[in-house]
Amino acid sequence: MMSEKSKPRIGVYVCHCGTNIAATVDVEAVAEYAQNLPGVVQARHYTYMCSDPGQTLIKEDCRALGLNRVVVASCSPRMHEPTFRAAAQEGGVNSYRTEMANIREQCSWVHHDKEAATRKAKVLVASAVAKVTHLEPLEEREAGVHPGTLVIGGGVAGLSAALDVAEAGFPAYIVEKSDRLGGHVAELGHTFPDLEPTADWLAPLIRRVEEHPAITVMLDAQVEEVAGFVGNFEVTVLQGGQAQQIDVGTIVIATGYQLFDPSRKPEFGYGRYPGVLTTWELEQRLATGDLVVAGRAPQDVAFIKCVGSRDIQLGNPYCSRVCCMVAAKQAQMVRQALPETRVTVFYIDVRAFGKRGEEFYDEAREAGVRYRRGNVSEVYRRGERLVLRVEDTFLRRTVEHETDMVVLAVGMEPRDDTGVISALLKLPRSADGFFLEAHPKLGPVDTTTNGVFLAGCCQAPKDIPDTVAQAKAAASSALIPLIRGTVPVISETAIVDAELCAGCGMCVDVCPYGAPALDPLWGVSRINAVLCKGCGACAVTCPSKAICLQQFTPEQIMAQVDVLTV
Amino acid sequence: MQDIQQFANEIGLDLDLLACIQCGKCSGGCPVSITTALNIRFLVYESLLDALPELVHMEELWDCTCCFTCVERCPKDVRPAELIITLRNQLVESGKIPGTIGEALMGIFRQGNPLGLAREDRALWAEGLDVKPAREGCDTLLFTCCYSAYDVQSQPATKALVRILHAAGVDLGYLGTEETCCGNEVKRVGEKAMFDEMLVEEGKALLESVGARCIVTTSPHCYNTFKNEYGLEGIEVLHYTQVLARLLEEGQLKLSVPVEKTVTYHDPCFLGKQNKVFDEPRAVLRAIPGLNFVEMDRIRERSLCCEGGGGRMWFEGTNTEDRLAFQRVQEAVDTGAEVLAVACPFCLAMLADAAKVKGLEEQLKVMDISELVVQALGDGG
Repeated sequence: MMSEKSKPRIGVYVCHCGTNIAATVDVEAVAEYAQNLPGVVQARHYTYMCSDPGQTLIKEDCRALGLNRVVVASCSPRMHEPTFRAAAQEGGVNSYRTEMANIREQCSWVHHDKEAATRKAKVLVASAVAKVTHLEPLEEREAGVHPGTLVIGGGVAGLSAALDVAEAGFPAYIVEKSDRLGGHVAELGHTFPDLEPTADWLAPLIRRVEEHPAITVMLDAQVEEVAGFVGNFEVTVLQGGQAQQIDVGTIVIATGYQLFDPSRKPEFGYGRYPGVLTTWELEQRLATGDLVVAGRAPQDVAFIKCVGSRDIQLGNPYCSRVCCMVAAKQAQMVRQALPETRVTVFYIDVRAFGKRGEEFYDEAREAGVRYRRGNVSEVYRRGERLVLRVEDTFLRRTVEHETDMVVLAVGMEPRDDTGVISALLKLPRSADGFFLEAHPKLGPVDTTTNGVFLAGCCQAPKDIPDTVAQAKAAASSALIPLIRGTVPVISETAIVDAELCAGCGMCVDVCPYGAPALDPLWGVSRINAVLCKGCGACAVTCPSKAICLQQFTPEQIMAQVDVLTV
Repeated sequence: MQDIQQFANEIGLDLDLLACIQCGKCSGGCPVSITTALNIRFLVYESLLDALPELVHMEELWDCTCCFTCVERCPKDVRPAELIITLRNQLVESGKIPGTIGEALMGIFRQGNPLGLAREDRALWAEGLDVKPAREGCDTLLFTCCYSAYDVQSQPATKALVRILHAAGVDLGYLGTEETCCGNEVKRVGEKAMFDEMLVEEGKALLESVGARCIVTTSPHCYNTFKNEYGLEGIEVLHYTQVLARLLEEGQLKLSVPVEKTVTYHDPCFLGKQNKVFDEPRAVLRAIPGLNFVEMDRIRERSLCCEGGGGRMWFEGTNTEDRLAFQRVQEAVDTGAEVLAVACPFCLAMLADAAKVKGLEEQLKVMDISELVVQALGDGG
């Protein structure tokens, strides 16, 4: 029996959504119908319930009529549930005692017959009213935060992110797998689109990181285990055979990429002909000035682009975004080093986007680099020289281009160990194998795991400015919980009835978030409410029906369903 | 474009015109793109724009050897060669095909072989070899390519193979005059209906009726279509080099007589590029005692096509002066090899002919791998 205090006093608010709902559903009739449902004290309809006047209507009713539950019949809860929960809360109604009836996406937008749609809207409202009747108030909850950020990877992305976190006054821990900082970029002699020596800016960046009192650099180290949740991550780092635990509030993944291995494209003869090298290898040769092939300076150098990129058969459908500019850079540098040498870039498309990209491409051509359109199909030997077999698609003629040095502009791939990090942090990957951002537009540095952010090429191929920009964005997002000092945690968690629990542990196995654990003393399941995401997997798995998910209890759901099946 | 794409789909091809980015990987690697007017990339472009010229005037459509280099390399998986097969199907439908190809198809229709030779003569090559009729039941069914059976140039290899398999104790059966062309090239010259309705339907039933555990083919072409297109159930399809490599590895086949020759090997497109069988033929050659194995520059995925596939055995092509086989035999000679080993009756015909035309016969002998293996058999084979 319900006490007088919790006896339902429900307000129902039917939204017109302009004409989105009102054109197909008789909203007035729905409100009238709702008025007579059990427990309903007030039912209204209004043009836009989400507008300020609409919200005010709810708040004022809550106070004036002493409502303790609210039903809004409007759109999908995805957008406006927080809006209406807040309105109810302001009116003195526990925000978890609100329910939405979706009469737009699930009714007016998908039906034409107004009479039938109105009937359906009434049933949906009755169902929401039935559920809200059984809803219990829940507490808003918060958890504390370990002040600090773990940065996985010590390349340019990791360095930039760590520096921003540290500059904001919080500790940053860089865990780097190799024995030095700087990542791939440290092996680049010069950068596009300015041909500046990389060391000029990278060395000071590394020095600032190394000397920063708030940054701890761990080399030859890797993350072994990650427990906890946003604000309270417990990270086990393995360094020199020694495990140590670092507690942080947030994590930035900056693990970078690996270069495509061109031996997977056997038609180029990489590994077979000494004159065939990758852009990476040429970078090292340009640094030492050693451009000799077969005992002499090459008279002809040819670049092949898109090696390992834009290739569905290889499983790399994406553009690696940097190779066009890398080729333009190296082609210019070869021209500078060997002014007599003919340099040709074979391309499918020239992607010279970004600041100064197109200008840099202009500069390459002005430096005498020849651009020919055609995707080189194979490389073979003729005497001492190499032959590229390629159709010049503008000439509409297949040619044999004789050369001395073939440079393969190799693309980027997800690192082989991406799966390890992905498993540690339960991070999804996109179809191409890189880490998946939470939203392509609105959450490009966020992940589906709260408190874990992405920076640099581990998310997708990108150049240095974009990497640094993303790293700084990830750092600023990672700082938010640290600065606030607390993190909100959801309230609709699963709870265990210890009387019913048999301690079988199936909930422990099925939970993707590690929330349930068997109590060592009592042998029953205990759910860490802070870890629980409210997915309900444990509740449906539990053979003893000992677990229920708050806001989705069997009683609540059955009440909702019963009305629908009348 | 839609018409062509739809037609391709209707005849069961995976051609995907819309995926094309016109990069030129196909045309750049097409072995006949320099020596003929065929430009497969441009054909795709013209198809996309509905700007194809009248097909009957495009003699180069018959130059394609269906080596599938373009299909293997296309980064967008357009499967460019299937456009040519599609267009050939359209030409076949309207009856506008080169006369020699028509004759070959007629030969298959009437006699079960493109040479148009009498069906009852198909097993003459096997006289005296004591090959068991497949009907008596066998573990391994030998399937001879029409050329392996009828062509005097190929017959020694066929006989050699039987001797080797017998020496290794293989329970071998043969269909003899019941055998009919596999139709691999029939499909590729655009006679889809004949391939499906006559060859696959009847051939599949025939092959399955034997109850053999595996089929061993003399030709990579039969191997390709049986393995990938016939949908044979419960039968393993193997090219003979795979069988020999396996027998050598398991010790059932022993080679003891040295064959003191320097030998190089030419990868057939339908065995190598299209089915990735690169290592077994080499393993067999390396297992021959005394044999000095050398490689040419263009091997495996980069092997040069002999121009015998895709119906080119029955059509001269527009590049008679400048055949790829001419280039290939020269490449073989340049390695210092005395023998150019092949594993395909088409390659044998094309390359042996080229060696003759180029006057290289004295320097270079074109031989099937089984002809070399048989020499290494202890008891004379």
